[in-house]
Amino acid sequence: MQGIPISHFLVLSAILFSLGVIGVTIRRNAIVIFMSIELMLNAVNLSFLAFSNYLNNVEGQIFVFMVMVVAAAEVAVGLAIIVAIFRLRETVHVDDIKLLKW
Amino acid sequence: MLQLTLFYIFAVLAVLGGIMVVVHRNPIYSALSLILTLFALAGEYILLMAHFIAIVHIAVYAGAIMVLFLFVIMLLNIRIEERAPGALRYMVYIGVPMAAILFLQLGYLAFKGFQEVYVKNTDVGTVERIGQALFSKYVLPFEITSILLVVAMVGAVYLSKRKLEIVE
Repeated sequence: MQGIPISHFLVLSAILFSLGVIGVTIRRNAIVIFMSIELMLNAVNLSFLAFSNYLNNVEGQIFVFMVMVVAAAEVAVGLAIIVAIFRLRETVHVDDIKLLKW
Repeated sequence: MLQLTLFYIFAVLAVLGGIMVVVHRNPIYSALSLILTLFALAGEYILLMAHFIAIVHIAVYAGAIMVLFLFVIMLLNIRIEERAPGALRYMVYIGVPMAAILFLQLGYLAFKGFQEVYVKNTDVGTVERIGQALFSKYVLPFEITSILLVVAMVGAVYLSKRKLEIVE
């Protein structure tokens, strides 16, 4: 009876983070890009919890809590920005929104 | 053994959901796949003895954030993303080998002095331990998060209330 190796969790975290990076890179819908960012945040949370269990240290759990708060705030503001852009431009495709691109 | 089986079931579900988020052209299916991933991750958190975080994760992500996502997707009536031919042409030839090299290097360094450790049965993820840490040593950051949430709320209300204009 050995339990689950910690490295399995880290590999899963790496896979999910890579999927999030791929999503941000190849998708052009701003909402899906946002969802990929959420995927990356969750992958990092999994890493934090795995190391928190390994080190028997409560700081990892506190940090995950803070990441969740920041993610909630980020989603609220980000979706408000997307709605505002949609009302202005009638699109959320990032190819069509290049106001900051020179 | 049961734990390892559960880990693999949840891991496969999470990765499948993540792949569907990235490849599906309809944003609603992406959001629903992300919900699948989040529930599978909550299972992984429970396997890591982080019970409090698992419950909060389901409540915050599946309960609040994904509802907000689905609400905005249905509100905006987004069309299905069309294909962009040739967008990945150079990425496949250069990016994939370089990513493989990077992962091999990192993996070699990480596993060089590798010694396997296993998930311990600790009480580090219980509400008691987290509450004690959160309200004694980390009480100031905890209070500052409330300011962050207020700022986010004010910003969201301001942004969605007002019609923005393009300034030339």
